[in-house]
Amino acid sequence: MGRFVLDKVSKSFGDAQVIPPLDLTIEDGEFTVFVGPSGCGKSTLLRLIAGLEDVTSGTVNIDGKEMTDVPPAKRGLSMVFQSYALYPHMSVRKNIAFPLRMAKMDKAEIKKRVEDAASVLNLTDYLDRRPGQLSGGQRQRVAIGRAIVREPSAFLFDEPLSNLDAALRVGMRLEISEMHKRLATTMIYVTHDQVEAMTMADKIVVLQAGVIEQVGSPLELYRSPRNTFVAGFIGSPKMNLLKGAEAEKHGATTIGIRPEHISISHESGMWEGVVGVSEHLGSDSFFHVQCDAFEHPLTVRATGEVELNYGAKIFLTPDLAHLHKFDADGLRL
Amino acid sequence: MATQHSRSAACMMMAPAVVLLLGWMLVPLIMTLFFSFKKYLPLRGDSLSDGLEWVGFLNYERFISSGSFWPSVQTTLIIVLSVLIITVTLGVLLALLLDQPMWGQGVVRILVIAPFFVMPTVSALVWKNMFMDPINGILAHLWKFFGAEPVLWLSEASLPSIIIIVSWQWLPFATLILLTAIQSLDSEQLEASEIDGAPKLKRFWHIILPHLSRSITIVILIQTIFVLAVFAEIFVTTGGAFGTKTLTYLIFQRVLDSQNIGLGSAGGVYAIILANIVAIFLMRIVGKNLDA
Repeated sequence: MGRFVLDKVSKSFGDAQVIPPLDLTIEDGEFTVFVGPSGCGKSTLLRLIAGLEDVTSGTVNIDGKEMTDVPPAKRGLSMVFQSYALYPHMSVRKNIAFPLRMAKMDKAEIKKRVEDAASVLNLTDYLDRRPGQLSGGQRQRVAIGRAIVREPSAFLFDEPLSNLDAALRVGMRLEISEMHKRLATTMIYVTHDQVEAMTMADKIVVLQAGVIEQVGSPLELYRSPRNTFVAGFIGSPKMNLLKGAEAEKHGATTIGIRPEHISISHESGMWEGVVGVSEHLGSDSFFHVQCDAFEHPLTVRATGEVELNYGAKIFLTPDLAHLHKFDADGLRL
Repeated sequence: MATQHSRSAACMMMAPAVVLLLGWMLVPLIMTLFFSFKKYLPLRGDSLSDGLEWVGFLNYERFISSGSFWPSVQTTLIIVLSVLIITVTLGVLLALLLDQPMWGQGVVRILVIAPFFVMPTVSALVWKNMFMDPINGILAHLWKFFGAEPVLWLSEASLPSIIIIVSWQWLPFATLILLTAIQSLDSEQLEASEIDGAPKLKRFWHIILPHLSRSITIVILIQTIFVLAVFAEIFVTTGGAFGTKTLTYLIFQRVLDSQNIGLGSAGGVYAIILANIVAIFLMRIVGKNLDA
């Protein structure tokens, strides 16, 4: 079990209110990702759920029980920290066993659980090493091992992959997703990387300055962002947000069109522009095109290996079915 | 960048300091060894210019067979051990306390460190006259306030008194080193253990204390070196009476009170041996914390 209900939860540090009152429900078994730019309060929100910070007002409910003033140890949650927070003077075995020892579990049972976790996480050969002798990826696994042995009602992840290199990050992303499918336990995951959010989440919570901008499945957020902030934050490369006369033609202050919803033509099209920098990834090519109609260059995606010279004149046509319209307050029309 | 050339240049530049330091230590050591094998009683007319009589190991035999020798070794070890236990225990607790956020933290920290800046002679005099004096001392007033008979600290509880004074002096040092160690502890480790279900006492035992082990080792080693040679506190309070004669003090009495330089020098060599035995034991027990 692991159903979280936050009711009008707010947090202030002194006079600075970092999280204005917000409501949020996380269903049992859901993989929820808090995503937002740095300093948006996503880690603070996670720490409020964990109990590492006290809420200034509001209530936190876990599985129907009021947990607002319950200390972190009694909430039945596990947390994986950005720095992994392994205990440097203990072996991997003792690190993983620590929560079980604190729970005064039977020695044989501890041994069994630790070894099971180690074999799942490919740590069996490293059980007697110290964290200092492990690589970044292995330390990450130990931290996850320490989290899973307790069989918590929910896992909390605080930017767990940001200290790993790119290749390892993709691998660990997959492993965490698989772990979620296997355990079917609630997971709350904090990240600033929208790719992690899109690939892993059942539900994404987009935060900005402590305010929830939108909650929804990755594709809901992709298809219908509620405002310009979410539109610009979700999706890679970013959505083109365009203002001016072209936007007014569509009856909006701002229009948004994703790079993958623009087609390129050498002969004719809606907007004429000049090709700037090109980025070739093999599977896709991205072009930065400066159009006369807009102040900023547009990003355009073409599938496969497409060659366009720097300075070439081309025409762009947006797919109107995927055009997003926003009003003067940045809200979706 | 450590090429052959820069390394030899570094050796050249360090040489004067190394030679000076070596001389600084070797000359007194060799002189002590030299005198310890001689009969040297300045008041009886012995002098370096007349040449000193070689007596072999007589001084060593006399020093060790004196009734004061073993008690003085015992006193020294009791003082060192007690001071270490008191300062490390209280130092850890004080460091934990000072690490808590509180009003006036900066001022409090400076006040806590202050005793370390007071000269040993001065602090011993302050303790003797202002705290432990059986008539005017604060402790005597305290005892009387509760209707108890004031303790004659320096004569009836002489060894504990010396231990209290020396501990008071070294407590700030231990606190300071341990405080910086506590501050260097990653707060995420504490939070992780909190979530893992460790209550406060277990967090201290399993996370904070192991983290402090290296600093505690440093405190123990440094304090042992200095407390083995404690002198001024004894000189200005009990003058070595009432069972407070340490090995250092015994050597001082042999050289200056008895004016027997040969005998005192032999005692000095014993002191070196004692210090080395203590050092070997300490390195065996706590030195492994310094590895890794």
